Amino acid sequence: MNREPVLKTEDLHVWFDLAGGRELHAVQGVSFELRPGERMGLVGESGCGKTTTILALMGLLPASASVAGRVYLNGEDVLAKGEETISPHRWRDVAMVFQGAMNAFNPVKTIGSQIAEPMELHGTASGRTARGQVRELLELVGISGERADRYPHEFSGGMRQRAAIALALACQPQVLLADEPTTALDVMVQAQILELLVRLTRDLGLSMILVTHDLPVVAQVCDRAAVMYAGEIVEMGEMATIYHDPRHPYTRMLFAATPDLLGDEEVLSIPGAPPRLDREIAGCPFTPRCDSAFAPCPTTHPRRLEVGPGHEALCHLNDHLVAERPA
Amino acid sequence: MSAAEREPLLEVEGLITRYPVPRGFVGAMARRPKETVHAVEGVSFTIAAGEMVALVGESGCGKTSTAQTVARMVENQGGVIRFRGREITQLSARSLRPLRREIQMIYQDPYESLDPRFTVRDTIEEPLLVHRIARGKVDRDAKVREALERAGLTPPELFIDRYPHELSGGQRQRVAIAASLVFDPKLLVADEPVSMLDVSVRAGILSLLDRLRKDGMGILMITHDLSTAAHFADRIAVMYLGRIVEEGPAREVVRNPQHPYTRALITVVPKRDPREQTTPQILTGETPNPVRVPPGCRFHPRCPIAEPRCSEVDPSLQRPREESTPDHRAACIITAPGPSADEVGPGGHGAT
Amino acid sequence: MSDVTTTTAVAADDGAAGAPDLTPGRRGFLSTVLRGQPQAAIGLIVVVAFILIAIFAPLIATHSIHAKTGPIYQAPNGNHWLGTDDGGVDMFSLLVFGSRVSLEVGFAAAFVAMVIGGSVGIISGFFGGWVDVLLMRITDIFLVIPDLPLIIVVAAIFGRHLINIIIIIGIIYWTSTARLVRAQVKSVRERVYVQRARSIGAGNNRLVFKHVLPQVAPLLIANTVLTIALAVFLETYITFLGLGDPSTISWGKLIENSFLGNAVLNNAWWAIVPPGVAVTVVILACTMVGQSMEDALNPRLRVGHLAVRRFRLRPLHGQLESE
Repeated sequence: MNREPVLKTEDLHVWFDLAGGRELHAVQGVSFELRPGERMGLVGESGCGKTTTILALMGLLPASASVAGRVYLNGEDVLAKGEETISPHRWRDVAMVFQGAMNAFNPVKTIGSQIAEPMELHGTASGRTARGQVRELLELVGISGERADRYPHEFSGGMRQRAAIALALACQPQVLLADEPTTALDVMVQAQILELLVRLTRDLGLSMILVTHDLPVVAQVCDRAAVMYAGEIVEMGEMATIYHDPRHPYTRMLFAATPDLLGDEEVLSIPGAPPRLDREIAGCPFTPRCDSAFAPCPTTHPRRLEVGPGHEALCHLNDHLVAERPA
Repeated sequence: MSAAEREPLLEVEGLITRYPVPRGFVGAMARRPKETVHAVEGVSFTIAAGEMVALVGESGCGKTSTAQTVARMVENQGGVIRFRGREITQLSARSLRPLRREIQMIYQDPYESLDPRFTVRDTIEEPLLVHRIARGKVDRDAKVREALERAGLTPPELFIDRYPHELSGGQRQRVAIAASLVFDPKLLVADEPVSMLDVSVRAGILSLLDRLRKDGMGILMITHDLSTAAHFADRIAVMYLGRIVEEGPAREVVRNPQHPYTRALITVVPKRDPREQTTPQILTGETPNPVRVPPGCRFHPRCPIAEPRCSEVDPSLQRPREESTPDHRAACIITAPGPSADEVGPGGHGAT
Repeated sequence: MSDVTTTTAVAADDGAAGAPDLTPGRRGFLSTVLRGQPQAAIGLIVVVAFILIAIFAPLIATHSIHAKTGPIYQAPNGNHWLGTDDGGVDMFSLLVFGSRVSLEVGFAAAFVAMVIGGSVGIISGFFGGWVDVLLMRITDIFLVIPDLPLIIVVAAIFGRHLINIIIIIGIIYWTSTARLVRAQVKSVRERVYVQRARSIGAGNNRLVFKHVLPQVAPLLIANTVLTIALAVFLETYITFLGLGDPSTISWGKLIENSFLGNAVLNNAWWAIVPPGVAVTVVILACTMVGQSMEDALNPRLRVGHLAVRRFRLRPLHGQLESE
C-alpha cells in the first residue's frame, strides 16, 4: 500500500454560477489520495458535493462551473490546462459509472456497439478487435458475450448496470469512479453488483472511488472512506477506524442515523439541514446540527488534523492534539 | 402486550390483484395472448390497532400493489379486506368516501406528492374541504396547526404559509403526514416513506410514525429496507412474487429467518460495521417476471435448498420446524412443513 | 430530535442548475417568461400597444372613416399621414379602426379555440378510456377537414357575420390545443400529488379545477397567445377572399378593398402596405410572446445538451503561480 498514489487531489474547489451573479461553493478544498487497487468511499448527504467532486476529476462539469486546485494522475497535473489536459485521460485512465447509467443507454443501438464506442473514440481498438474486446468485457462483468448484439430493453436492470460497468472499463482505465452504482437496485442485485466491483478492483488492480449516501455499502466494500459535509471532507481514514473511532461528530451521528439489521441501538436522526453553500460560512458548517459544539465552533473554521495513522478529521474536538504534538 | 391479542384493525384474506398487460394495437392485431401481471396472489395478513406491520420485498414482489389495494386505490380480483370488522372490497365509490378518512396513504416521494402550487395550509386543509368538515375558517386553521404540531413541524407559523419548494425533503414528508392526520385516521398505509430522504432525516420520520403507532394507529409500511423494518416494525411480512413467504415478529424474522429467500436477503443486507463481514449468499438472477409465475413454490428456481417436489407443491404459510414464537410462519415445505405437509395442495390458502 | 430546526431548505443539489420551477411564491409565470428573454418583452409591448390603439381608436383616428375627406388615392402627406384610399377616406384612420375588428376576431377566436380545445383536452386526458378515444377521433375528424372549403360552406349557409367568422376560426384551431392539453393532462393526472388528493377522497371536479387545471394553465395560455396570431392571419385571409363580414372594417378588408380598387395599378402602395405591415407586426408580436412562454415551460428546447460543456479554471487565492 505504500506505492505512489494513482490519483491525488490537492485543494480542489468547484463553484457554480447562480442567477443574479451569486455563486455556490459546492466543493471547498478537497484533498485526498487514491492508491493503486484501493477502494475508497465518498459518503455524504445529498448536496454535500460528492458527485461534483468526481465530476471535477473527470472534467465533466458544465459551463456554469469554475474549478480551482490540482488533480494529479500518476503525478501529472491533469487540471493544469483544463479540458486540454484532462481529455486525453478521460475514459482511458479515469472512467466513470454515472448515476442512473443503466437507464442511459441508447435504446436503438446494441449494447455491444455502445461499449465499443469509447474504444473507437479513443483509438484503443476498432472493428473486429473492438468486438472481441467487448465480448471479453461483457464476460468479465458476468454477461454472456453473445448478448453483445442485444438491445438495452432486452436486459434487466441489474444486467444494464453490469453493462454500464463494462462501458466504463472499455478503455482499461486505472481509476473507476462509481456514482451511486446500486442506488436504484434491489438488495439482491445490489449485492451482485458490489461483489462484481470488488472482484474487478482485486483482479484488475483497478482503483475505485465509490460515491454513495449508503454507509453500510461503503463499510462492506471500501478500504477507506471520506465523509463529506458542506463541500469539505470532514473525516477520512480506514473504514474500520472511522466506524469504531470516529473523530468528527458528523461521522458518528451519520452512523447512528443508519439502522443496522441486527443492531439494537436507537436510530437517531440528525436535526436540522445542511447549510446553504451560496454564502460564506463562519466557523464550522456543522455547528448548528452538532451535538458536541463548543466555544470555537461557531466562529473559527476547524483545522484539518491527523488524528491517527492515515486518519484525519476536521473538528475542533481534536484541537488538543496540536498542543500535545509539536509541529 | 402482544398486538395479536388485540382486536384486528385490518384483516386481509387471500387478496388477489392482477393487471392486464397492455398488448397495444399491433399486439391485438397479431392475436397475441392476453397476459396478466399477477401482482398479488393470495396474500393474507392482519394489522391490529397500535401495530406497525412492514411488508418487505424487492421491486416487483407486489408490496406496493398490496398497499394500494388495501387503501382501495386499485381494484382486487379476489380475496377479502375487512376494516374494523367490515368488508370493504365491495364498497361503491360513494360509500368509500367516509372510509377514505380512516385509511390514509403516505407516498414515497415527498417531492412529488405535494401539489407545487399549494401552500402547506392548502395541502393540509384540503381533506377538510373535501369532506366538508370544520367549515369555519378559524376551525380549519386550528385543525391545520394541530396536525402540523403532531407531525413535528413546530412552531406551525413557520411552515403554514410555505410552498413545498421552500421545504426540505424531510419537512415535505412531514407535511404529507400532517395532511393525513387531520382526520385522525385509524390506519396509515406508508409506501416507502423514507427511501427518497437523506439518511440523516429518515430516523426522524420513522420515529414520528412510531409515535403515531403508540397513539393507537395501525400502520402498514411498505419498504425494501430490512434494517428499517427490523428497527421500527412490530411484525415483518416478506413478499416474493405476489406472495407472503414469511411472516412474524420483526426481531424473530430477522434473527431467525426460516424461509430460504428471507435467509438469503438477510445475508446480503450490508452491515454498518466493516469488521462484521458476512459472506453474502447471493442468489443468481433477478426476481422473475410476475407475468409468468413458476409452478409450485414460486421461489424454487432460485432456491439454494430446493428439492424436486418444490416445483409441484405450492406451500402455504406454516409454523417453522425450528423453535420459534407461535406467530412466526413461513411458506416452505422444507423448513416449515406444517402439521400435515402432504395434504397441502397447490393454491395455498384462500386463493381460488 | 427532528429535522425542522432550520427553516431554510437547502436548494443546493449535487450537479448544476435544474429546470425552472413555475410555481407561485418563487416567481410568477410572466416574470419567468420575461426574465432573460427580451423578445418576450418587446412582443408584449407591441401587443399591448395595439390593444390600446384599438380601445382608443376614436381618439387616435384623425378623420372620419365614413366620409370622403380627400382626393382618391392621395399620397401620404401632412394631413393624411398614410394617404387616402379609393374612396378618398383617410387610410390612417381606417387602419386604426381596422385594428378593432382584427384584434377582436383574433382574441375572440383564440378564446373559442381555448375553451373548446381546453375542455376537450382536459376531459379526454383526465378521464381516458372510451371518452378519450371518442374525443380524439372527433378531434382527428376536425383536423382533416380542409379549412377553406369549410369557411366557404359556413359563409354560404350561415352568412358572413363577424360572429360566424369568430366561431369558424375557433373551430379550425381548437384541435391542436386539445391535443396539446390532453398530453399534458395525461401526465399531470399520474403525478403523485393528484393520486394523493384522490386517495383523500377528492372528487373529479376538485382534482380537475384545483390540481390539474392550474398545472396546465400556463401551457394553455401560451398556446392561446400563439393561436391569436394564427387567428388574426386567418381573419385577414378570409376577408381578403371576400368571405368576411361586409359591414365591418378590418385590416383584411382594407387590403381587399385596395386590391379591388386597383390600388396596385394606381401605384398607391400606401393603401395596401400599411394594413399588411400591421397584420405582420401583430402576428410577430404574438408569436414572440407565445414562443417565449413555451420556451419557459420547456427549457430543454432552449438549452441544447450539445452545447459546449466546458468549465472554467480559476486560480486559488493564495497560489497565483498557476501553470
